This record gives sequence, structure tokens and C-alpha cells, in this order.
Amino acid sequence: MCGLCGVLGGRGHWTETSTNPDAFASRTAAHTTGRERQARTVLVNRVLKHYGLGLKDWSGSSYVLRSSTGKTALVDNLTQMWAQAESLTGRDCDPLDDALLAALRR
Amino acid sequence: MDYAGLIPVNVVTGFLGSGKTTLLRRLLAAPSLSDTAVLVNEFGEVGLDHHLLQNVTESALLLDNGCVCCAIRGDLQDSLRQLFSQRDRGEVPPFRRVVIETSGLADPVPIAYTVLSEPVLQHHFRLGAVVTTVDAVNGAGQLARFEESVKQVAVADRIVVTKADLADAETVAALRRAIRRLNGAAPIIDSGDGGWSPEQLIVDDIYDADGKAREVGHWLAAQGEGAGAEHGHTDGVSSFAVVFDRPLDWTAFGVWMTMLLNRHGDKVLRIKGLLNVSGIAEPVLINGVQHIVHPPVHMDGWPDGDRRSRIVFIVRGLEQARIEASLNVFNDMVNSSAEETSGLIRAG
Repeated sequence: MCGLCGVLGGRGHWTETSTNPDAFASRTAAHTTGRERQARTVLVNRVLKHYGLGLKDWSGSSYVLRSSTGKTALVDNLTQMWAQAESLTGRDCDPLDDALLAALRR
Repeated sequence: MDYAGLIPVNVVTGFLGSGKTTLLRRLLAAPSLSDTAVLVNEFGEVGLDHHLLQNVTESALLLDNGCVCCAIRGDLQDSLRQLFSQRDRGEVPPFRRVVIETSGLADPVPIAYTVLSEPVLQHHFRLGAVVTTVDAVNGAGQLARFEESVKQVAVADRIVVTKADLADAETVAALRRAIRRLNGAAPIIDSGDGGWSPEQLIVDDIYDADGKAREVGHWLAAQGEGAGAEHGHTDGVSSFAVVFDRPLDWTAFGVWMTMLLNRHGDKVLRIKGLLNVSGIAEPVLINGVQHIVHPPVHMDGWPDGDRRSRIVFIVRGLEQARIEASLNVFNDMVNSSAEETSGLIRAG
């Protein structure tokens, strides 16, 4: 479901478009996009840790966002996820925030 | 989805009296644009624009409300859906492109948003180049006084300076400098310049197979001009190019960009980038308007010998140094995360 419009069947999110030519070859496509999805989840979790949140892949089609207090939200893509992360924590998730950047450098 | 196969929707915008309709008439007279449907937004001068445009196209529709910019996104949605249905039923000629002429006070961004994110339209249409007209005589004053004019220039893919023959050379040169400060990625064209064809103004974009390479050439040429321009901003809007020597990780870039747009999308008017992505030989093009990012596109090869990633940002109140530093930190996370991922794979 598209979080922006609330209607089923939106176009795939731009971040899930692989830039790797292997993703366009039928034999390697699933492996390549799956691996990228896994890498995306790992990377996002490093950022979310700063806010006390964690993300898990859900059946390769959605993600479950969970706060340290047990609040959860199901999201389809990263755009929805950042909005939900702010909603669950009540904090601004700002990539220009010095405290976040210092935490990511460690 | 074959994004390149969708019907392109161009937006022709510009402040009141800046010559949008005159330009549109010229563009639509080109044989290659004869199969273009036109949506006209009536505002002020009752239907005048519409009557003029009826002479060049039979599939013009008039939007009901006065201004395309905010409240009538639904009308635009309905008009485009209706137009597509009529085309499907053979009630209008099988147009291959749509041009929307906005009112002089319109914000083009909601139009882009409607085309790119409306659940039905996004399967039939895609956004083409946004063309903005600026009056050589009054343009500088309008940019200084009206936020609408600034926004129209900032989000443009092409900027056409009109009525330059009515202004002196210094006025035109000062206007071009003011425009370049607001938009470091769009070519600035004199409407009297015969070197630009209607096709180059309207058809070329990164999703057009033939126009893709030319479009990137336009970006790079504009960036070259911008590099020599003095810095400064109008109405808090500034344009700058961020250059990265090291390849960018696509995953990290997506995480960073979505986070940036979630928090600051209202301040990021435009992004255009030619990316050197880790592990990929060819460059990847990205193109965004405020919260919306088009699907990325592969180029067949690099346009020149420069292999660095170059991203033009047109922003309101965001600092270049902070954006560069932040993206670098996200990109640097990748090496350690790659180790975690390989650990996960081994454990699995």
C-alpha cells in the first residue's frame, strides 16, 4: 500500500530499484535484489539504533519497525519508514543532526 | 514498469505576462509535437489562453478552478484521467505527450506530485521537462518580490528568457545571473535564440532514449556556468553542486536521501545527480522534485572523462557543507555494514 495516498498498487519505491545490471538478468535478479534488501536493512538499523528503533524484513515485501518500548509499525519502504520512525519516537530523524552523525562515525 | 514507455507530461509555467502562451504556440507548431494534448489553466484573463491554444490542438481541456497550484490537484487528476480515457476510446487523437500550461501564480510542484504519485496516473503518465518563462524586462523584480516566481525558476528543467529584445543587455545579463543563482542545473535560453529546437526544450529528458545523453549534457553545461557565478540567494533559495570523488553506495544513498527528504523535503526544491555508484561501471541519474524522486536511470556511458558523482541541490535554507558532511558519513557506514551483512549470510 502506498503510504502517501493510501491506495493499493503504487509504483515500486525508487530506493528498491537496483542499480546493478545483474538485477535485470532473470537468473540473478532475485539474488541481487534480495542481497540489496538485506544490506539496506542492516544499514538502516545502524541509523535507527540512535533513536532506539529496529527494523526487520517481513517476507521480503514489507518491513516491521519496532521501538524499544514495543510499539510496532508495518511499512513498505524507506519513505514510509522515516515518517513512522518520527511518529513512534516523537523525535525528528534528521540526517543533518550533529549528534546522529557523531554516533554514526563511532 | 517501463517508465520510459509512459506518456510524458510537460509543465509550462512562468509568472503573469511572461509569455507562456506565446512560447507554447511556437512549441506546438513543431511537427514532432503535433500529437500533443494541452491542458490550460484559466486564470484572470477569461479563457484567452484557451482560445489561442484551441487553434493548435483539438484536445485542450480547461481546468475548472482558478489555480493549479494547491486546491485543485483533484481537478488535474480528473482532467488527466479523462484525457486518457478519451484517448483510449478514440474520442481524441492518440496524443503521445501532454503539456500543462499553468497560471502565472502557480506552484508547479503539486502538478509534478500529481503526475508522479497519483495511483492511476502514475501507471500511464510520467513527468517530462518543466519549462519556465521569465520576462527579461520584469523578471528580476518578480524574482525579488514574488515567492511564486522564485519557485517556478527553482524547479525548472529549462528556463526561457522572453522579451529580451525589449531589455538592455545589462538587464538581461543581471537577470541570467539571478536565475543561475536559483537554479544551477537548467539551461537558460533566450526565446529569440534559434539554436534551441522545440524538441530540445520539451522532448529531451533522462527517460527519453534519444534525448537522455543530450539532457545530461544540458545539466553539465549549466553546472559549468553555475561554477563561475557568484553565490548568494533569493528568498532563501540557493543552488549548489556537491561533488564526490569516491564512488557512492546506492543503498546508503537511498537511506540518506529518503531520510533527508522526510525531514527537509519542503526545503529541497530540486535534486539532479549523475552518480558514480560503487561496483557499477555506468553512471546512474537521479532526479527529484521536493519529496518526490523519479526512478533512477542508467546511462550507457559517462558523458565525459570526469567520473566523480555530481549532485545539484536547489534548496531553501540548507547548507552545502552540512549536506556534504552528512552524505559522507552515511557513505562511510557501508564498509562496516558490509561486514555485518556477510556475517549474517554466513550465519544463515
